[in-house]
Amino acid sequence: MPFKDKLYRLAKRLLTSREEAEDATQEILMKLWAKNQAMDSYKNVEAFAMTMTKNFCLDRLKSKQASNLKLVHSNYDDGSTSLHKQIEIKDSLSWVERILEELPEQQKLVVQLRDVEQYDFEEIAQMLDMEVGTVRVTLSRARKTIREKLVQKHNYGIA
Amino acid sequence: MESHKIEKLLEKYFEANTTVAEEETLRMYFNEESVSTHLVQYAPMFQYMTHAKEERFTKQVPIKTGKRKLVFRWVSAAAAIALLAGVYFTRTSEDSLEDSYTQEEIAAAEEALSLLAMNFNKGTDQLEHLEEFDKNTTKFLNK
Repeated sequence: MPFKDKLYRLAKRLLTSREEAEDATQEILMKLWAKNQAMDSYKNVEAFAMTMTKNFCLDRLKSKQASNLKLVHSNYDDGSTSLHKQIEIKDSLSWVERILEELPEQQKLVVQLRDVEQYDFEEIAQMLDMEVGTVRVTLSRARKTIREKLVQKHNYGIA
Repeated sequence: MESHKIEKLLEKYFEANTTVAEEETLRMYFNEESVSTHLVQYAPMFQYMTHAKEERFTKQVPIKTGKRKLVFRWVSAAAAIALLAGVYFTRTSEDSLEDSYTQEEIAAAEEALSLLAMNFNKGTDQLEHLEEFDKNTTKFLNK
């Protein structure tokens, strides 16, 4: 599957946990495999798979919320006084990752699809079942939030 | 790339009016070493996006191949046919009695069977006396 990395990255963006994202990707790949024969009838298999991943992850998040569970991930160490964290705070890339984690799901999706995977607005609109205009507005909002928070942290780091 | 051009692109970028190509220019610019000091704060954003695209799905997926399923289907079909054929042939071979025995053997068997029947009938004839005995005993018992 040439786009399995894309599916995985999208799943990870939404679910944050690496293990959860791996499980979700596996599930999606199995589902796609089961639909093997019908595959040709879909115009854009990649877009279809991305939509499937999105829906699967959102369902997953919803069911976790319903059962009062939160997805906990151990991708980064969160010890408050550890040296490890002090180093990590300097790592501006992980700031961006954390800022992205705080975004609403729609914005996460759009940022992931546009800024990371570099899809066209039309493709994103098709995948997320949205209007192109709405995609633009959501993206603009997300980018501005990232900028705002990044500038805040940047200034904080200097002061 | 002059920084005012980048500034203009950034402005468009935050309004989500840039094309994929223009965003690629921004990426390239911010992934290089020489970023203007007043723009440095935006660098992590673009660096992160580039970095995020490099993540790979490494887990092995245990996929059951469709081919194997198809083979299984064919094998089961063949097995069913073989079973039916086996039943059919064993059934049909039964009615060829004349093939497996000679005429003399069959005649001898018939004679033997009729002899057996005759003796059997003789035996049942003897049982009529018993019936008479039974009648008399019931007569006594009813009295």
